[in-house]
Amino acid sequence: MKVDRRSFLGLGLGAAAGVAVSPALVKLTDDSSIWTQNWPWTPVPEDGEITYDKSVCSLCPGCCGISVRKINGRPVKIEGDSDFPVNNGGACLHGIAGLQYLYDPARVKTPMRKKAGKFEAISWDEAIDLAAQKLGDIRQNGAPESLGLVTGTREGSVSKLFNRFMDAFGSPNAYAMPSLEANLALTAQTLHGEGNTIGFDLENSDFVLSFGAGIIEGWGSPVACFKANASRKERHAELYQIDPRLSNTAANADRWIPINPGTEADLALGLCSVLLQKNLFVPGQLTGGLNRFTAVLASEYTPQKVEAITGVKAADIEKLAMAFAKAKMPVAVPGRGRGDQGQSLREFAAVQTLNALAGRLNKEGGAFVMPKADYLTFSEASMDEVAETGAGKEKLANSIDELIEKLSASAKPLVNALLVYNANPCYTLKTPERVKEAFKKVDFVVSFSSFMDETALASDLILPASTFLERLEDVPSGAGLAKQVVGLARTMVAPVFNTKNPGDALILLAQAMGGTIAESFEWETYDEALEAAAEGIWDGLNEEGYAVISQGTPMESPATDFAFMASNPAPIRPGCEGEFILMPIDNMRISGSAVASSPFAVKTVSDKVLSGTDVLVEINPETARAKGLKDGGSAMLKTQVKSVKVKVNYNEGIMPGVIGMVRGLGHAFDNPYVAGKGVNVNDLIGPVIEPGSGLDAAFGIKASISKA
Amino acid sequence: MSEIENKDENGSMDGAEECTADGPKDDKGLGLGVIFFMVAFLICFLSGWLLFPKLLYSKKEQPFNFDHALHTAETGDCETCHYLREDGTFAGLPNLESCMECHTDEPMGETEDEAIFAQKYVAKEKEVPWLVYSKQPDCVYFSHAAHITKAGMDCKTCHGPIGESTSSRPYEENRLTGYSRDIWGKNIWGIKTNSWDRMKMDDCAECHKEETGHQGYCFQCHK
Ligand code: SF4
Repeated sequence: MKVDRRSFLGLGLGAAAGVAVSPALVKLTDDSSIWTQNWPWTPVPEDGEITYDKSVCSLCPGCCGISVRKINGRPVKIEGDSDFPVNNGGACLHGIAGLQYLYDPARVKTPMRKKAGKFEAISWDEAIDLAAQKLGDIRQNGAPESLGLVTGTREGSVSKLFNRFMDAFGSPNAYAMPSLEANLALTAQTLHGEGNTIGFDLENSDFVLSFGAGIIEGWGSPVACFKANASRKERHAELYQIDPRLSNTAANADRWIPINPGTEADLALGLCSVLLQKNLFVPGQLTGGLNRFTAVLASEYTPQKVEAITGVKAADIEKLAMAFAKAKMPVAVPGRGRGDQGQSLREFAAVQTLNALAGRLNKEGGAFVMPKADYLTFSEASMDEVAETGAGKEKLANSIDELIEKLSASAKPLVNALLVYNANPCYTLKTPERVKEAFKKVDFVVSFSSFMDETALASDLILPASTFLERLEDVPSGAGLAKQVVGLARTMVAPVFNTKNPGDALILLAQAMGGTIAESFEWETYDEALEAAAEGIWDGLNEEGYAVISQGTPMESPATDFAFMASNPAPIRPGCEGEFILMPIDNMRISGSAVASSPFAVKTVSDKVLSGTDVLVEINPETARAKGLKDGGSAMLKTQVKSVKVKVNYNEGIMPGVIGMVRGLGHAFDNPYVAGKGVNVNDLIGPVIEPGSGLDAAFGIKASISKA
Repeated sequence: MSEIENKDENGSMDGAEECTADGPKDDKGLGLGVIFFMVAFLICFLSGWLLFPKLLYSKKEQPFNFDHALHTAETGDCETCHYLREDGTFAGLPNLESCMECHTDEPMGETEDEAIFAQKYVAKEKEVPWLVYSKQPDCVYFSHAAHITKAGMDCKTCHGPIGESTSSRPYEENRLTGYSRDIWGKNIWGIKTNSWDRMKMDDCAECHKEETGHQGYCFQCHK
């Protein structure tokens, strides 16, 4: 017997065939695919006990209750809390992605000071000492009023503590960033008296006349608005959207009324004029200057005149006024987009005046004028002599925008130190370059930011804040809701980095400063301060996670003072040169406020808005073709402030002559998932300050566009 | 034979070897080839079937023996220990705390296993590191509530008559994947006779197809 080649061949073939028909191959194929899934570097979530803890989201003014799903105490998911009276189980995409902020690459992990233009990590003790010494010097020099403060809002205990610090320090120069809540409070103050605010009962209204309010684009308390809008069909409630652009809200509405941008107030006044002329108004408590106001309306805001300004036909204005007056429970809603930026008091007041004339104040489904939620009581801050003199000085400006103007214009330093909490003015205000320049004139800027954002980068010391998931805080709902609720955000997870609740950081700073400032901050911790200040509602707040301050229709009908409207305040029109109007667009998926969108949210943005790192601007095809611009093609967009390269997105739903650019892109900080994408629309627009109110009412700017 | 003849013969044989398939030498070579083929086939086939599973799976013993029958007789059902929480999530294997609702560090019975449990775990407040026969990969989302409460299924349908067992069988771990042999099934061919024999994706899909007319979408289970 001779073993030859063929025998080996037989052996090989036999072995192969044997293996092939045995189960080994199939099984091994299956197992190897599973084996690859178990490679040790594949991230696998830890297994363990599942729990749910309740808290409140404070990423926007919405005040939604959330339920945080945890495994072995580690938060893994955020859901809406179904027992919470604001959002009833809903949550928006920013809220559900809230966990991403914990591990954000741009987080400030420990206190930092700037030395020779570079940040270096320091300890909390060093940081507090440094701040106390710098601020101490300012007081020593007898100019406490040269300390400035910028906070996101004035509401909530942390903001109140910051303001208290200013009192004890002796500076009147505390400012809040523009917000819908502030605009509503200012409107209420102008028309109905100090200490009030306005809420809109969208849930019960059967006819919502929205002057550009992005009901499903982030206006007010977003989730509450989604819910109110979602139930519209079954309630047979109508929504009319006045908007230069077919926004999502307009597309969802029963009727879209295109209007020349920035003329919403004129239309509201035109409607008021029809109501008065046709005797359709409800003579309630209309005081101060009604006659003068009537005269102004009769001469300046006849339907014909309003047609010329707004582009809405006179006949349509009459019909619209009739429809509003005839509806059972109509309400007019002000505040374009999210209602926080580029807004004028004139517009807010005009829309609210329409509510007043139609008798819709403090009626079910109408506009509620209610006292501001006042659930915190702090004792008076102790003030020494320095504080008394500083506090007696006049405020430098009426608003943050005016302050920046003044800082820019002045040759000598007006503000020597600035505290910034919960705000990103170097990104969100118009022409951020101007803000950064103004910041350079301030000797010592302290940021209490969680992220190394544009403003933190422009500051000298960062006392990093724990995020909303890492700390206790009261979260008042304030954004145009018809009820007032305070939620309690609780510590869902111990701080991931070496950060503190800004309330605690402030207490440490106050104590380090000694004297009456320390006396005014006698608490050991912020938690203790909150419990003491919220004493009246603390038990309920702590137990339920929220406290309802007011709900249901307010009993009393408020008086309306027409003096402001009777003075016929001047409209704000975008200045400068250019054939077109560039208008920022608010998009629910992109945050335009202090906290930037999460990586998750950025991923959901349509490629009609952001394509790669290019921003697309919306242009009516007619306008675009006249300029030789192709859909998807590149273009140069130029305003007086800046010119940028953009891409063109043909949109039939935007009025000819208007260019729309989304707000909230173009961040410039160290987060590869969020920053470096698109353009910050604020870079292109210059502020226009409304006289009197101090609001930056620049809703847009004249622009030109050409092929790139 | 002369050299020439010899050459001729060789030459012709060479030719035959090359050109035809049925020379005498050829027969012999092929026969050997076939034998080799058969032997190799048989060895490989048999080892793939019989030896391979032995190599693929390692055997592990549970920390101590658990008598399901005894416990179900006491409690009356599976749900006392393997319950659904109020929020609908499945508690899975009871943790030490649940066991201690009945057990203390003094054994209640006389079995050796209970003594181990009391001394090694209860007394030391240590969780029992049970090996879970039915553990699925982390990417698989499975809702017990949907199957038990909504579809009214019996535990047995997927887990078999485990409640009647008096002893814990060894846990066979797949050396490659780390999962229990129960997932693929005892039968290395993947053949099943009972609904609880296997717990692979196809088994879920098959039952879904039968019960709901649709085998489901990827994202229903893979999250
Ligand atoms: S709407 Fe605002 S508060 Fe509510 S979940 Fe979204 S970000 Fe949070």
